[in-house]
Amino acid sequence: MYPYIPHTPEDEREMLDAIGLKSSSELFSDIPEDVALNRDLNLKPSMSELEVKSYLNNLAAKNCSTSKMTCFLGAGAYDHYIPSIIDHIISRSEFYTSYTPYQPEISQGTLQYLFEYQTLICNLTGMDVANASLYDGGTAIAEAALMAASVARKDEIIISKTVNPQARRILKTYAHNQGFTIKEVEMKDGITDLEELESMVSDDTGAVIVQSPNFFGIIEDLEATSQITHKAKKAAVIASVDPISLGILKKPADLGVDIVVGEGQGMGIPLSFGGPYLGFIAVKKNYMRKLPGRIVGQTEDVDGKRSFVLTLTAREQHIRREKATSNICSNQGLNTLAATVYMVTLGKEGLREVALQSTKKAHYAFEKLIESGKYKPVFDKPFFKEFAIKSDIDADKIIADLRKEDIIGGYHLGIDYPQLNNSILYAVTEKRTKEEIDKLSSVLEGI
Amino acid sequence: MRDYNKLIFELSKPGRKGYRLPPLDVEDKDISEYIPEEFINENELDLPEVTEVEVIRHYTNLSNKNYGLDTGFYPLGSCTMKYNPKINEDTSRLDGFANLHPLQREDCIQGSLQLMYELQESLCEIAGMDQMTLQPAAGAHGELTAIMVIKAYHEKNGDTQRDKIIVPDSAHGTNPATAVMAGYKIIEVKSTENGLVDVEALKAVVGDDTAGLMLTNPNTLGLFEKDIKEIAKIVHDAGGQLYYDGANANAILGHARPGDMGFDAVHFNIHKTFSTPHGGGGPGSGPVGVKEHLAEFLPVPVVAKDNQRYYLNYDYPNSIGKVKDFYGHFGILVRAYTYILTMGKDGLKKASEMAVLNANYLLSQLKDDYNLPIDGLYKHEFVLGGLKGDLLEATTLDVAKRLLDFGFHPPTVYFPLIIREALMIEPTETETKETLDAFAEALKTIAKESKEDIEMLKTAPHNTVVRRPDETKAARNPVLRYEG
Repeated sequence: MYPYIPHTPEDEREMLDAIGLKSSSELFSDIPEDVALNRDLNLKPSMSELEVKSYLNNLAAKNCSTSKMTCFLGAGAYDHYIPSIIDHIISRSEFYTSYTPYQPEISQGTLQYLFEYQTLICNLTGMDVANASLYDGGTAIAEAALMAASVARKDEIIISKTVNPQARRILKTYAHNQGFTIKEVEMKDGITDLEELESMVSDDTGAVIVQSPNFFGIIEDLEATSQITHKAKKAAVIASVDPISLGILKKPADLGVDIVVGEGQGMGIPLSFGGPYLGFIAVKKNYMRKLPGRIVGQTEDVDGKRSFVLTLTAREQHIRREKATSNICSNQGLNTLAATVYMVTLGKEGLREVALQSTKKAHYAFEKLIESGKYKPVFDKPFFKEFAIKSDIDADKIIADLRKEDIIGGYHLGIDYPQLNNSILYAVTEKRTKEEIDKLSSVLEGI
Repeated sequence: MRDYNKLIFELSKPGRKGYRLPPLDVEDKDISEYIPEEFINENELDLPEVTEVEVIRHYTNLSNKNYGLDTGFYPLGSCTMKYNPKINEDTSRLDGFANLHPLQREDCIQGSLQLMYELQESLCEIAGMDQMTLQPAAGAHGELTAIMVIKAYHEKNGDTQRDKIIVPDSAHGTNPATAVMAGYKIIEVKSTENGLVDVEALKAVVGDDTAGLMLTNPNTLGLFEKDIKEIAKIVHDAGGQLYYDGANANAILGHARPGDMGFDAVHFNIHKTFSTPHGGGGPGSGPVGVKEHLAEFLPVPVVAKDNQRYYLNYDYPNSIGKVKDFYGHFGILVRAYTYILTMGKDGLKKASEMAVLNANYLLSQLKDDYNLPIDGLYKHEFVLGGLKGDLLEATTLDVAKRLLDFGFHPPTVYFPLIIREALMIEPTETETKETLDAFAEALKTIAKESKEDIEMLKTAPHNTVVRRPDETKAARNPVLRYEG
């Protein structure tokens, strides 16, 4: 017997009799002999819960987690504090064992938190409409770009080199398959070269993509980017933002941005070795009917009671098939709930304070690390919670030496930007203490 | 509590807080010392002010308005709503897995890489494939990845005139949507009256413009495509590739493998076949396996092993690139591997056997009252064609809504499109005979009601927290956010 399979031999016998079969193997008599697998799978035999747990405990123990080491690594995934309440709420099995809310009468829980999530994302970004989430920040950029280009009926997309390199690779993959042209704008002093952008934008441009704070943590001039982009007819500005930064930075909508996307991992979702995370997308009203993915709307039931349903489904694959706006079917459901609980629990004051503390601690760390002159700033521009410093010492050696002191060092920018060889990007969240930052500094000084 | 009908925004009161941070322990300069004022938002954030207690009560009350697998039977066809084992939730939350940054040094992440490597190997064996990528985020994303891999293969061969993907008319909506997203045109091929791919029709549409065929086996009707070898030969002879949509893989674990059927690429829906939670819509996971000739095109990185060292291999010069951030939905992959270890080779095979037994048994109990457009041996699911008789007044939608009153999640309705009034039922292996009997009894009662008390169906559901929300109104006058 297996813990998740309830049939007793008597059950099996009765059920086979009802079907009119002699044995369970006859259930597969429709699989032709030359296709059937007439041997056991080459896998381990089944195990007890105790054995499985012990095996996986051993694997997990081979990793060095952020609870055992001090994390100064970011580059798209951040070690922000996760309030206890979040895991308790997302562990309610009425939430996590349900599926896409196709039957609204018994899915009001899911539908309502998605509606609340959409509202919170709109309030944070200043945009008109948000969907119920996309896979992650990187694919959200790609989906936004394809949507913008298709609305503008143009096939050229411009992206800044200060956008996360990983996201740029995803965009290239998607764009290549749809026949879109991707052009990259150079950077200047760690931000998008707006003069070059201006020379590149033309009536062929469907979208301009920037990230702020950008991959180096620097705040980009979204307003100027929007003004340049909008000189081209119908071209959209797509901004990828860190939602935590919106605790202190101006709303993208107030800066002329048409489509806001981003990675929501920082809002209550564990690092979990890179996923699952949360992609968000929010748009100006004119893109509403072109959005990819699920959208929840408010309505009334037959008794006039406020209720929520999946809506604007005429965009989606299960209705439109090959004419759908995207092939996306799932959303990040449970992670959307985590982010929702994060935003409401921190609330008006809390999110601002997380952003302020992250900024202040990052700047303290920046000043501390460059104090002696051994390490130098790579850029001289206003930044949020990440900054780059360089030295003559090999970056891999620095990161290896930090690891010996139980510090997870920053990200070596030379991996993606050869001109930034031996520059390291450090991230500092509200979780880091002065003591930890001082230790990072003293270890670095000793290398 | 059923009547609880507040939004979190309606609980907000100025001054309430649900969080507390430690005092700032570095110098507290004004933010304008660091960031120019032109970038700073001077206004208050538009977020609610609530205490932790209110947040907990609010979402606990919302959860009570939800129906999950742990609430009851969830026979949603094509979604494989099998039990989500609790140990999976625990292992995915182990400190070493949950609190690991994806960009840490290789020597800090050996445990995760080993898990991914072993999962890749296990999935290759189950699928009959040679290499696997765990990167895709969900089923539809896996489809897209696989089709892009196939496209890269044709491009490398200079076969750029292959611009069409063939899909059966019974296919999931994601199949044609995916092929278009990968830049292809769609050719739909009709099914025979027995619900299988029409081999003659397929022969007529393949040619040197065929990039590939997307197929589910068993198909969306729950029937095994017994001519699969011939289908594969037709497509391969024309120079096309075969892609297997793994949505229905729960029917064949350890009994048959897509690789042996002739498929070149496969995706699995981890959240269906391998028991990870559906999470109210996600996150899922959609690994893709390929035969050797397609391996060079897989997205990077692929997890590899060199003696006892595991590493992320980016050395795939012909890779399609990246399809997602980092390496996939790792937290979901931990759950899936936990499940594979728990079930083992014997348990997985048994699971498929019992899934098929449950489907065929349930069908045997319903034949008398519901139309069965195609009679025969089904695999893990079957499709009914609405209520028997001429009572066209009682639709499949009415049946589904009335089922809610009996405490069951309804089956998938009106899909596949080729069956009128379709009810697509997938019980999965984790349900008892007693549950199936109770469900069959409810459907029989509804059949009886349709003849005796049609109003009971038309006005259903009667005892849910809301009753038939007005979807037309929602779409005509979209209210997509709370505006106070």
